[in-house]
Amino acid sequence: MAKSDLTILVIDENAIRASIIEEGLNEAGHSNVTVIHEVNGVARIIETQQPDVIIIDIENPNRDMMEHLFQLTRTVSRPIAMFVDRSDTALIESAMEAGVSAYVVDGLKKERVKSILDMAVSRFNAFSRLQQELAEARSALEERKVVERAKGILMKMRGLSEEEAFALLRQTAMNEKKKMAEIAQSLVTAAGLLM
Amino acid sequence: MMKRTDRAGNDLGAPATIGAPEQKILRAGFIPLVDASVLIAAAEFGFARKEGLALEMVKDVSWANIRDRLAFRQFDIAHMLSPMPVASMLGLGSNPSPTITPFSLGRGGNAITLSLRLFERMLEVGHLAETASALENARALASLLKVMREQGEAVPRLGVTYPFSSHNYEFRYWLAAGGIDPDRDVKLVVVPPSMTSDALAAGAIDGFCVGAPWNMVASERGVGRIVAAKQDIWPSAPEKVVAMRPEWAASHSDTVSRLIVALDAAARWCDTPENHDGLSEALADSRYIAAPIGIIRQVLAGEFSLDAKGNRRLIPDYFTFNRRFANYPKPGHALWIYSQMIRWGQTTYNEEGLLAAASAYRPDLYKAALGSAPTGQDITVEGNLEGDRFMDGHVFDPAAIPDYIATLGTGAAS
Repeated sequence: MAKSDLTILVIDENAIRASIIEEGLNEAGHSNVTVIHEVNGVARIIETQQPDVIIIDIENPNRDMMEHLFQLTRTVSRPIAMFVDRSDTALIESAMEAGVSAYVVDGLKKERVKSILDMAVSRFNAFSRLQQELAEARSALEERKVVERAKGILMKMRGLSEEEAFALLRQTAMNEKKKMAEIAQSLVTAAGLLM
Repeated sequence: MMKRTDRAGNDLGAPATIGAPEQKILRAGFIPLVDASVLIAAAEFGFARKEGLALEMVKDVSWANIRDRLAFRQFDIAHMLSPMPVASMLGLGSNPSPTITPFSLGRGGNAITLSLRLFERMLEVGHLAETASALENARALASLLKVMREQGEAVPRLGVTYPFSSHNYEFRYWLAAGGIDPDRDVKLVVVPPSMTSDALAAGAIDGFCVGAPWNMVASERGVGRIVAAKQDIWPSAPEKVVAMRPEWAASHSDTVSRLIVALDAAARWCDTPENHDGLSEALADSRYIAAPIGIIRQVLAGEFSLDAKGNRRLIPDYFTFNRRFANYPKPGHALWIYSQMIRWGQTTYNEEGLLAAASAYRPDLYKAALGSAPTGQDITVEGNLEGDRFMDGHVFDPAAIPDYIATLGTGAAS
């Protein structure tokens, strides 16, 4: 990948997501990337670095502060919100859905900026997927734990083997049309009350 | 011209006029503020449904998002600061996309709050009475700033919500009226409305101008003192509007008319004190403002806690949602906004600018839907009537904007 001379500023309160984006930008040949996690002092950074592209999380309420900065600082020459090409509605929609917003210095060739935005969008999406997977993995782990506990209670109180306890839980879940983890949770709660 | 005579019943699908409604579900973006009341009431209390519309209310976090999501068709309509459509028609800001308003969401709601630290020094230096007027407060701040300058102290940081906002122009108006240059004697910064009270408490800012309920939240917490209300600066000052894309309005004229009829009924309802309990309850909900119901109830009644020490003030009509044509989008008001943009260097004066600014306000759509309008011209001299004066006594003549701006000055001491 050819080296890029574009200066890029990433503002993201989520440090992990920010580093994922930074990595992606570096891989794409952008070496002038600055990442900040809060907007304090952003005015000075913009003034000294004069970024060509600023990427900011769309849920960050400080976007309004950026608008104010652009009114004041003459150093940032006419940045435009988000979008390289207003007719590229697919990019605009995917960016908004992913939660990316960006400011781009006017006059920059759109092909150059489009690849940066595409990258930011895909990294934002990848991060959301990662979070989703993590949450699912966590809840799966929790479910396994509660089933183990329920099994233990059944084995102890009814003298069942591990297989029998598991089969009983599964059969009950099927009969009641519930998830096994739910049955297990009720059992653990009930046992807690009774013992 | 549309005339609705048969609005009886909740007949969802049946249009009241020839031609089916173009769109039934409208996505409406808003920022959690009491001045979104009319939109929220239209969605929550059946006024939209009665016109065959459903409002899907979408809460957002910044005015820049509201602007962009309206521009890029994620919203059909939006709760907006009145200077935003004007700025967009003038091509100002980082994403100026044509935006109009056929309906204003009412008058009032803003106030200026200073930190107690600052206010207590103003009492001392400015020999201020607790019951001082907005202008006296501004002059006392000017005296204090002089002392602070002499002692080499840092200039106070004051928060507004957006560069093209009523708050920006009202704060600047108040400061300049007191003899303070907003670009030299203080530092204006942008703080999102819901963060103002925390920012003041943390000392990140020394004051702010913002809409309800955030001034009251800060004063009740004992971190701020309210020194001026919007009514003190100019009672008729434009506030929030319902904004839309002009091309959408043109291709959805029946929908726009239905929307205006629904909003007009909702605004009338919001103006009735008996409905304030219901309204407060809806507004306090986490889907909307997510603020204490008691404070919202007080704000609607115009009962002001100036500070946590018990200094109170009753401001009649702190919110006017409908009365005296509060919803009429008067193009002369767009021109006043234009004059303030010029005054503070956001744009320059010329004939094209004058036309562009006025075109953001669309009384023709209001009249087409409701068939009524205030008597008098759309562009008139403002601030010349008893009860509707500017705090410094100046009068706005839209026909002589350059002179008006020259007379106002920028608050810089000679």
